[in-house]
Amino acid sequence: MIVGNRKSLEEILELVKPYKKILLLGCRECITVCAAGGEREVGVLASELKIARKKDGEEIEIKEFTLERQCDVEYIEQIKPFIDEYEAVVSMACGAGINYTADCFPKNIVLPAINTTFLGVTLEQGVWSERCQGCGECILHLTGGVCPVARCAKSLFNGPCGGSAKGVCEVDKDTDCAWQLIVDRLKAQGKLENYEKIIEIKDWSTSRDGGPRRRIREDLRITS
Amino acid sequence: MRLSYPTNIKVVKVPCTGRVDVLTMLKAFEAGADGIYVAGCLEGECHFLKGNLRARKRVNYLKTLLAELGIEPERAAIYNLSSAQGQRFAQIAEEMTGIVRALGPSPIRKHNAEETPAGAQA
Repeated sequence: MIVGNRKSLEEILELVKPYKKILLLGCRECITVCAAGGEREVGVLASELKIARKKDGEEIEIKEFTLERQCDVEYIEQIKPFIDEYEAVVSMACGAGINYTADCFPKNIVLPAINTTFLGVTLEQGVWSERCQGCGECILHLTGGVCPVARCAKSLFNGPCGGSAKGVCEVDKDTDCAWQLIVDRLKAQGKLENYEKIIEIKDWSTSRDGGPRRRIREDLRITS
Repeated sequence: MRLSYPTNIKVVKVPCTGRVDVLTMLKAFEAGADGIYVAGCLEGECHFLKGNLRARKRVNYLKTLLAELGIEPERAAIYNLSSAQGQRFAQIAEEMTGIVRALGPSPIRKHNAEETPAGAQA
């Protein structure tokens, strides 16, 4: 899932400073699961904003609304009947959702309340961890299912480096060395011969180096 | 026992303090409460195992939100007592009322003098 963090209240207050009537828009997908921008978080932020304004003797009208997704136009369109009643939209979706809401309503002000951080997993309730960087060319079959792009601090393809000590990365004591994990996993699977193979220089053109990416499946398109 | 405790405390009943959400407590402040406290069962004696421990974490999280809002975190608290400790209940009510009274009215009522002071307790 996409994992994000809510911006600080101070930053959000600064963003909404000029406005007295806002639409606070949550998303029920990944950002709900990572407890950053779902219905509950929309409720908490709305309450915080109202308290902050009341404290300064000012008012703010907030409509709380949470869409099924902010990355599909079918759902974003649900705010069409009332979006113009508000001076600004504060989106609590991931960056993709914020972008798309703004794209769908180019005349309206759409402000971000979330810093989107990574593609990851839930390790336990309240703990999320990065697992994928969307590089566009997966090599998990060679590395026992442990991604060296996302989980090695240096994204090394033939590791580990000298910064690996007792299975821990030198970057942070709570970060496992991805290459230690890879070697341990391959050993457990009896596939250590994979480790002997030199992984060649990666073609990063499938990643961000080629600019914004697009995926098209002509057989599914109905507009052309 | 016929114990008395301050009349400004409004009791909000919940089946377990594990039901108390950050938003529930925040709403009390939004409505003008000067302080809130959660009265949970003794630690280790939760009928639902971890309800009161979770409530404590949520109260601590609420305190960080209050600090961000410029509201004294001391206005929120959690106490643990059993249902047989009526005396302790009254004592806590006095104690918390004293803490909140010393802090004065909630900063959010500064500009909204018409609102009546209120306390909330779960």
